[in-house]
Amino acid sequence: MKARVHIAGWGVISAIGNSVPQVFDSLRNSSGGIAPLTLFDSVHTGVLPVGEVKLGNAALAEILSLPVATPRAVMLGIHAAREAVKNSEIDLKKWRTGLISATTVGGMDKTEEFFKEFLIDPKKGKLRNVVNHSCGKSTELIAQDLGIKRFISTINTACSSSANAIALGSRMISAGLLDIVVAGGTDSLTKFTINGFNSLMILDSKFCRPFDASRSGLNLGEGAGFIILISDKVKKSEGIRTTSYVSGYANTNDAFHQTASSPDGRGSFAAMQQALEMSNLLPQQIDYINLHGTGTVNNDLSEGTAIRKLYGSRPPRLSSTKAFTGHTLGASGGIEAVFSLLTINQQCVFPNLRFENAIPEIGITPQLHFETRLPIHNVMSNSFGFGGNCSSLIFSRSDN
Amino acid sequence: MPLYINGIGAISPQKTWGDEGVLLSAPIDYPNNYLACVEPDYTQYIDAKHLRRMSRILKMGVAASTLALKEAEINIPDGIITGTGYGCLEDTGIFLRKMVEQKEQALNPTPFIQSTHNTIGSQIALLLTCQGYNQTYTQEAFSFENSLLDASLQLSEHPDQNFLVGGVDEFTGLSLQIQNRFGIFRKTVGSSLDLFKTSSSGTLPGEGAFYFALSGKKTKQSLVSIDVVETFFKPTKEELLDGINQFMKSHDLKKNGIDLVLAGKSGDNATEILTDVILNEAFGSSPVGVFKHLCGEYSTASAFAVWLGARIIQYQHVPPIILDKPINTSVKNILIYNPHFENYHSLILLRSC
Repeated sequence: MKARVHIAGWGVISAIGNSVPQVFDSLRNSSGGIAPLTLFDSVHTGVLPVGEVKLGNAALAEILSLPVATPRAVMLGIHAAREAVKNSEIDLKKWRTGLISATTVGGMDKTEEFFKEFLIDPKKGKLRNVVNHSCGKSTELIAQDLGIKRFISTINTACSSSANAIALGSRMISAGLLDIVVAGGTDSLTKFTINGFNSLMILDSKFCRPFDASRSGLNLGEGAGFIILISDKVKKSEGIRTTSYVSGYANTNDAFHQTASSPDGRGSFAAMQQALEMSNLLPQQIDYINLHGTGTVNNDLSEGTAIRKLYGSRPPRLSSTKAFTGHTLGASGGIEAVFSLLTINQQCVFPNLRFENAIPEIGITPQLHFETRLPIHNVMSNSFGFGGNCSSLIFSRSDN
Repeated sequence: MPLYINGIGAISPQKTWGDEGVLLSAPIDYPNNYLACVEPDYTQYIDAKHLRRMSRILKMGVAASTLALKEAEINIPDGIITGTGYGCLEDTGIFLRKMVEQKEQALNPTPFIQSTHNTIGSQIALLLTCQGYNQTYTQEAFSFENSLLDASLQLSEHPDQNFLVGGVDEFTGLSLQIQNRFGIFRKTVGSSLDLFKTSSSGTLPGEGAFYFALSGKKTKQSLVSIDVVETFFKPTKEELLDGINQFMKSHDLKKNGIDLVLAGKSGDNATEILTDVILNEAFGSSPVGVFKHLCGEYSTASAFAVWLGARIIQYQHVPPIILDKPINTSVKNILIYNPHFENYHSLILLRSC
């Protein structure tokens, strides 16, 4: 058996809080973070419901001591990654440490500003607004902030990106290539993504209702989530107490349609099944599933169908936390990994907000209330994306 | 663990697909200040109904994947890994422009859908109905290197599998306009093939689409093996030299004994100073070949070098266009050293198999 990859810390920022304790309070109190768009001027401002982090760019730049021209996704990423590192109490520089991040927008918010002037006159537009455009550049800036040089990588598989970052980090530690990996992802709200999803007509003009019969689209969100993965050797020699480890992961492709999931959820079914196989767990041993659950008609039906195929009529406790945060795209796998780890750490499960009626075709009722003092040993986190990319992660409880 | 290359699909500014003839015997010269891909007639490789909606990078990527699978005699790979520094720039530019010009109204979703970096790898999966592992890396000049590293992890876990691994990047009119303003490219160029004959600041932009069919076990199709990949992010000169020396030691390579070093020199006189020091101090008298006058400088240019190195070993022919003085010994190992501006440096070792 392979040596375990332990989780030594986590950090998060999202519409429901700027730190792990704040986010946990919101999840416990069923206090969602969706509200009309305020972040920038757009035809959707004041109307379209989104999950904004409740800190503007100026406030973030001040808290983090960064230039205000820094892309928002970078600032959100640094905010969450710093919390994760601090929380782990490990000196990253002592070890072979890597940063594997994920993002779909990178510096797009600043590129949008650049384009306004550039399209009128190609000699215009401030270059400092486009120099950090690429997804990879956002990871460079986060790595620089954390002092990581040994290994950096960025994954962009749309909405499953940061789940894949956590899987790669685990594999690199298992293979002995790195000792510590800071893994997760970050995405900020941008006009590009809001208008893109709007053109696809999959945004709900009201608050999203994942896994509900009346669901009619998703709300976009933003944020970042990072976890600190460590090897057995780091754990032992640093004498670190951990409560969880990575026990399984899988990445598959639905290969059905560029933006829609297959009706039988073949990609998501395969991802869940392969992650279970790797963890040597039976489906029944999963105590909680953090669903991808975007709130679109297509995703929830497809994911629900795959869960029915895996579990019949008796699935474990499950919920989509996207009704709290909105769909944070490339960050969702990282943010929801932190939520999943909290369920193990706090022995609780989080509710699926705004649920009223089960989707008739699948008849699944998600978790309705916050519930604690539960024996949570194994949790699964699902992340599926455009391009048919499907990933499932499994985290398990350890007692030392 | 070595990765065996069983097939290559290559679309680049040189004629690297179809009947190539003698390797790079008629190199294409670009008098303008960029090197654009020589594109095939895509109807040979892609169904017309799919072709209609595809951007240039998707066509190039899908065609390269088809060529690689054909050469390797594989129908469907077990997984697809794609590296791209900037992703689908054309569709990103179209959607951004329309969004600004149409004031966020009545936007066509197609360019948005096709703007995500994973569109290339997922389009290939969709056309092949490949439900296996699918991954996209976008770490500037480590994008292709990260993809190879991932493939080596996957194939060491499942040596019987076949993976398609690629490095794909395009430039567009917009991206060239913007990058030119950063002053990283030469303003006037008479001949791309003379890139190294004139000392000047700046390099030449290029692009390319490469897929490699890789396996963890040697097959009858195997051309060459990729033995190891290493990346160095923002190293000091000392860190880089130390890293390269350690790499050489642990892979039994002698300073003066590499059959051929393929160096990603870019022609930019400021960065060439360090590159020349590294080449001299790390590789001594080993023969050094260059390639960026043939493909230009771009995030995944190391994929061009892997194609070139693999073909050199396969044909045992070193094209004169990459060397100052000819080498007459057989070429069994090739070390690719690819610096990309200041921050990104990588090593890829190819061996005959």
